[in-house]
Amino acid sequence: MKRVGYDIAIVGSGAGGGTVAQELSTLCRQGVRIAVLEKGPRLRDDEFTGRELEMAGALYEDGGGFLTADGTMTIAFGCAYGGSTVVYTGTSMLPPERVIRRWDVPGLTHADLDCRARKFMAENNAHFVEDGLINENNKLFVEGCRRLSYDVQQFPVNVKGCRGSSLCNLGCPNQAKQGTDRVQLPHAERNGVEVVTRCQVLTVGEKSLAVRVTAKPAGGKGDPSPWEPGDYQIDAKVIVLCAGAVNTPALLLRSGIGRNLPRLGYGFTSHPAFIIVGEHARPIVNFVGHPKSYYVDQFAEAEHFVLETCMYFPFITAKSMAGFGAPHSAFMRAFPRLQMILVLACDEADGYNRVAIDKAGRPVVHYRFQHEAIRGLIRGAVTSAKILFAAGAVRVHMPVARDTTIEARDAVHLEEIAAAAEFTPGKTPVSAAHPQGGCGMGSGPSDSVTDSCGRVHGLPWLYVADASLFPNSLEINPYVTIMALADRVAQRIRDEAPALLRGRS
Amino acid sequence: MPLDPDPAVFRAVVSTIVPEAAALDGQGWQDLRQTIEALLRDRPESLKRQLRMFLRAIEWLPVIRYGRPFTRLQPHARAHVLAHLQNDRIRKIRVGFWGLRTIVLAGYYGRPSAAQAIGYAASARGWEARG
Repeated sequence: MKRVGYDIAIVGSGAGGGTVAQELSTLCRQGVRIAVLEKGPRLRDDEFTGRELEMAGALYEDGGGFLTADGTMTIAFGCAYGGSTVVYTGTSMLPPERVIRRWDVPGLTHADLDCRARKFMAENNAHFVEDGLINENNKLFVEGCRRLSYDVQQFPVNVKGCRGSSLCNLGCPNQAKQGTDRVQLPHAERNGVEVVTRCQVLTVGEKSLAVRVTAKPAGGKGDPSPWEPGDYQIDAKVIVLCAGAVNTPALLLRSGIGRNLPRLGYGFTSHPAFIIVGEHARPIVNFVGHPKSYYVDQFAEAEHFVLETCMYFPFITAKSMAGFGAPHSAFMRAFPRLQMILVLACDEADGYNRVAIDKAGRPVVHYRFQHEAIRGLIRGAVTSAKILFAAGAVRVHMPVARDTTIEARDAVHLEEIAAAAEFTPGKTPVSAAHPQGGCGMGSGPSDSVTDSCGRVHGLPWLYVADASLFPNSLEINPYVTIMALADRVAQRIRDEAPALLRGRS
Repeated sequence: MPLDPDPAVFRAVVSTIVPEAAALDGQGWQDLRQTIEALLRDRPESLKRQLRMFLRAIEWLPVIRYGRPFTRLQPHARAHVLAHLQNDRIRKIRVGFWGLRTIVLAGYYGRPSAAQAIGYAASARGWEARG
């Protein structure tokens, strides 16, 4: 096994890892050696083809179909240079004050997070897309919401030179989205941080990591790793885990670090989601333009759901609709006439949902749909159907209705349809985005895994800086909040660098 | 070992989930199979084994109710059999069908020709491509 030494090793390169890398990279000027270890590949600009299965296979963990333990939900998260920031839509939301207050983490204030979040919103060019570049799929959502007097709001998105490919979730083919792969990681590399791709961290030891570098598979996308394939031991005075809410808790568990941290893996939440599809009588502009411009969150507190505009690709659309056969195909054949709304349920950290590992040390997410989340999905589906009909749809596909195709003439019966709605795990197609929790922040080992600056309790050299820090659901698209928390972690490490990095060679 | 040791069962199941698949020519079926094989290439062998078993069960389960295997049923009866699996009270059976359905939909709609056939034409050039 080869042995390599660094002062700081950062595991993962998404919103958390990319931010920590950038914010610590100033230390490189003082000779501090920093490495980012990324499991996924680094793609060249010309490899972003927009072809659905090809890109999903190259950029997502398990091609975007990571299954929960009982197989009733898939979780989508990125696995590439830039992590999930390569495959998100760039929707940039400030951390909500009521949520941060409810988290009640000692030492963590909304004002501090908000200030840091705004810094990254500016750095990543988050802004409202101009009206002329908003497509009909989004405009019809606004029309429908306004007719129903819903409080529809526009997402700031972090794009620069967006050409409207609508392919954000497959990696922007025009490099317009300002994820960590475009902003923070290149900045960190210019300052001297090394990024090692195709490098999977197997275990964390006392100030060391066991990693495996893999060769580029034949016909695969991306550059080969800068390191020779093989197993390495990396010694580091400080280790920062930013592998995401599934992989960070799993890494700590298979390293045996959970023995003194009873909360490790617990507190896992996500946004269980499905799409509601409305068919219009005429073609609408749907797969051209930024796919996600508007949202409605007025129902988040009372009814546990948020609605967002969305536009997916043929396979994901087909997979996200319930059923099969003629009714399913009829919607698919109407693709240029489809309007789509994403329903995201807000779940809560509970005593069951958690990240664990199997016998081989692979992550396993135990996830049970909570009553409130199911109710949120059903209410979100009905509210979406109302919006779609108000916008002029002639029929709507509702995955929780007994008969999934609802004609416009039946729109008046939507509440009755909702009352008879069926949510059946394993039948109702649910995919989750935004995995969170598992290494929650708090005051001590009995209630959490880290302190409010991401330092793992009892291990002053080990930090966490990703969405696994969330002690409960954030209820919104999380990347800006992850960056703000990662910024706090980096500041803590910078402040304590003289002590943490003592004895540096 | 391929997912579909018996191509007739595979084609009957695929065509029930996506009726348009019945009209695929030889090249279309080959593309669909290759798409699925590529998708499953890095998946655990146990998953592939379960999918093969599920396909075999779909072929023979209808014998109990209809007196003949899936491949010899009329399309409406085939749909009925799959609907039963989709709604089964045992979660593992529902999940198994969901997995099979997902693989089939990926195989069919993951092909560029299927995307073209349904009018999906997203382009990296975005607005510019619309002219």
